[in-house]
Amino acid sequence: MVRINGKDAPDVVSLSVLEYLKQSSYKLQHVVVELNEEILPKEAYGKTILNDGDVLEILSFMGGGSGA
Amino acid sequence: MSTTNDKLILGGHEFTSRFILGSGKFSLDLVKACIEKADAQIITLALRRANEGGLANILDYIPDNVTLLPNTSGARNADEAVRIARLSRELGCGDFVKVEIMHDSKYLLPDNYETIRATEILAKEGFIVMPYMYPDLNVARELVNAGAASIMPLGAPIGSNKGICTKEFIQILIDEIDLPIIVDAGIGRPSQACEAMEMGASAVMANTAVATAGDVEVMAEAFKKAIEAGRSAYLAGFGRTLSKGASASSPLTGFLHD
Repeated sequence: MVRINGKDAPDVVSLSVLEYLKQSSYKLQHVVVELNEEILPKEAYGKTILNDGDVLEILSFMGGGSGA
Repeated sequence: MSTTNDKLILGGHEFTSRFILGSGKFSLDLVKACIEKADAQIITLALRRANEGGLANILDYIPDNVTLLPNTSGARNADEAVRIARLSRELGCGDFVKVEIMHDSKYLLPDNYETIRATEILAKEGFIVMPYMYPDLNVARELVNAGAASIMPLGAPIGSNKGICTKEFIQILIDEIDLPIIVDAGIGRPSQACEAMEMGASAVMANTAVATAGDVEVMAEAFKKAIEAGRSAYLAGFGRTLSKGASASSPLTGFLHD
């Protein structure tokens, strides 16, 4: 099981991060990826394979001024 | 003092606009128009979990020549703020970051001490750090020492539109701190933005006041004009105030009663 953006994703083990992002139609130029609390550089997406127990955060900018 | 060549300088970058616009609470199709009406050159953004499915992203609505100022909203301590700042920089938005750290969801007041700690770490990593803070002179001095590029004291609680409730304390920062003082949070009306600029603030940040207005584009332009007016008034220097009595503004050469 891989945990992605706070939810369990059962069927992604052994996919690369790049494959997962494309499969889920993320716009690559607008996201930043953190794998197990480390920033994953864009050039590493293709060669980084998702393993059981990984925690993936896929983040992007939203509108915001101040506040939680 | 001249108003020509009057620039706001942050981390070595020059800006002619002194209106920093927050991009929260807007529908995306209004963001671009508001930036144009506000003549804003700096826009704040927040980092959040991305949506699947290639939905529209706010970056598609912000003109390329606008400087992005990611905030660290959601951070409850310095370490979380540093993490958000590093992730934001990875998105290729440049080195600016607005540090905001709060763990009080009722008033959203910043944690000044964690803010000092985050500012120090991020400034050492080359960020242009603009900390949001509760206006306290001692803390502002610590932020200067920590490497801040500006100080962003709150006027009133975030999103409250209550105006500059902390006026006396912001004035102390303006008078004593040699960095740009940018009044952030709480400013609800153009007159309040103008007031901040008349006090000598270097810029004003507003979001809710514009985003919740009846006509957001007209309000964006109203803020722009108010900020420009306040800046000009500050540079011009105010006429004197009499402690009592009156002083005729027409020449004392009337002809009816002599």
